[in-house]
Amino acid sequence: MSQTTGKPILEVNDLRTYFYTRDGVVRSVDGVSFSVSEGETLAIVGESGCGKSVTSLSILRLIASPPGKIVSGSIRFHGEDLLGFSDEQMRDIRGDKISMIFQEPMTSLNPVLTIGRQIGEVLELHRQYTKEEVRRRILELLKMVNIPEPESRIDEYPHQLSGGMRQRIMIAMALACDPEILIADEPTTALDVTIQAQILNLMRELRDRTRAAIILITHDLGVVAEMAQRVVVMYAGRKVEEANVFDLFEKPMHPYTLGLLNSMPRLDDAASKRLVEIPGMVPSMRTEIVGCAFAPRCSSASERCTQESPVLKDHGNEHWVACWNPVLVKVNV
Amino acid sequence: MSKTANKLLELKNLCKHYPIRKGILSRISGYVHAVDGVSFSIYEGETLGLVGESGCGKSSVGRTILRLMDPSAGEIYWKGERIDQLTRSQIRPYRKEIQAVFQDPYSSLNPRMRAADIVSEPLRNFEKLSQAKGRERVRELFALVGLRPDQMLRYPHEFSGGQRQRLGIARALSVKPKLIMCDEPVSALDVSVQAQVINLLGDLQKEFGVSYLFIAHDLAVVKHISHRIAVMYLGRIVELAETAELFNRPSHPYTEALLSAVPIPDPKHQRKQIVLGGDVPSPINRPSGCHFHTRCIYAQERCKVEEPKLEETSPGHFVACHFKLNT
Repeated sequence: MSQTTGKPILEVNDLRTYFYTRDGVVRSVDGVSFSVSEGETLAIVGESGCGKSVTSLSILRLIASPPGKIVSGSIRFHGEDLLGFSDEQMRDIRGDKISMIFQEPMTSLNPVLTIGRQIGEVLELHRQYTKEEVRRRILELLKMVNIPEPESRIDEYPHQLSGGMRQRIMIAMALACDPEILIADEPTTALDVTIQAQILNLMRELRDRTRAAIILITHDLGVVAEMAQRVVVMYAGRKVEEANVFDLFEKPMHPYTLGLLNSMPRLDDAASKRLVEIPGMVPSMRTEIVGCAFAPRCSSASERCTQESPVLKDHGNEHWVACWNPVLVKVNV
Repeated sequence: MSKTANKLLELKNLCKHYPIRKGILSRISGYVHAVDGVSFSIYEGETLGLVGESGCGKSSVGRTILRLMDPSAGEIYWKGERIDQLTRSQIRPYRKEIQAVFQDPYSSLNPRMRAADIVSEPLRNFEKLSQAKGRERVRELFALVGLRPDQMLRYPHEFSGGQRQRLGIARALSVKPKLIMCDEPVSALDVSVQAQVINLLGDLQKEFGVSYLFIAHDLAVVKHISHRIAVMYLGRIVELAETAELFNRPSHPYTEALLSAVPIPDPKHQRKQIVLGGDVPSPINRPSGCHFHTRCIYAQERCKVEEPKLEETSPGHFVACHFKLNT
């Protein structure tokens, strides 16, 4: 595991991304802040619709507008606010300084272009390479992500590759220009477990070699435990908890985090006990949420929770929780 | 699972091959060997988990049991009677006893039908109930799976994913089946909702003694819900054992690798991980001998030529490997 170094490269502050739909305003991301440093892996976890993917798309300014809009906040990359950048400046950043791996390796690759062309495109946009240099770099990248026989694979099309290989190609594309930040949105969700293990190993190896910061968006707490140093838990567009990975799994303080951990069946459980359910479901994002969004499903909710939105508070060791009645007992993992 | 329990379903050497057609004459140019000689039994009141990676043929097994597809070869017995050769009308009474819950709660419910009609459709098919009695049963079923009676007249799009899966379960339960084939019933659901559905399935089994064939790729879920587990690789069962036995003493190298690949949600957990190289080979051109030998870290010459048979290594523990582990 690599050590985090002091200065953050990316600081997201009070980010709000809303979608203006016919049925009203959807507050997908509603005041989220976090930062990542060099060589660090930050995981953003939460269930579908919690705003984790919209957060990652907002960083790269990939929100379709309309209907979406980054309403307020700042995204500072080396101190400069990306929200103030022109479209041209953003294009220089994307794929070069900050790049992204998407969930669906089947749909994120262009089916009519060869693997080589697709990886090469990134290099042509951002680097003044000659044709030979581009080809050499592509082969180097394919080797780096463990594609067998890169010399013949370079001229193949996406449909000729398996899902795991396509995800490797996506990673090779993302790493083409040695990005400082790699955003991985559910990079292994579409893959089988044995292939997931291969991809996660590869990502860890590359992180340690390139010192890139990784923002890992996932719903799988197993993947989080294996990859991340720090974790942000999101619920209904807000950050409800942030801590280093050990604290989060050992002493989760938000009832939602605790609920998530308890509701998962686990391989390392000796006997199959009844799972602890979180009753109810995720609230609709179309109506404005008063108080804590989790209150209707929370067993420790009090009067205050339904009226007043909880503020993030540091409970020591950079363990931030937004809850009026945080869980204070240590759980036995 | 006590060995005295009644055997409900038995598969003997079940095969399902899909032809691949090519050219303008649609000549058959090869076969996808989706299921290739699968044998197992399901007893009353038990859950048999069927795990494997995508393309291993686990869903094809389920669909063949339901006779949504005809098997290419092999035999299917229901309570001792052979049912794989029955005609459509002869199979009807068995359809009532074997029901299904599917993966996608969005596409497995007719969007134009009201929830109550969806749940009561099997009832109308198989039981002649008066309208009042039928409505009463639907009300009971709604309560059973944790839905409110006022939701009976709603359409599927008005329900969340978890609620839709409850509807699917209520529909399967309506005719009091003996066996429910669950094909990835929770994989489309969020973790917190997944727990609700898993608990519901467990409660229903306790109450009605229904058996499940639980097909899934998520090992943690399968471990939680199953009494016995069968592991499939490229159309064949490579290992079958009681849950605790399989997890404590995996004997097939594929099972061992599969178990070690699952991320454990504990950052302090030090696992000895076996990362398999390469991908699952194609079920069209399968490797010779043991299908797994191309990725197996223990493979030897023999594995390339000789196909290992499924053998019982200890009571109830079956393994198909020339070099069994932990025995």
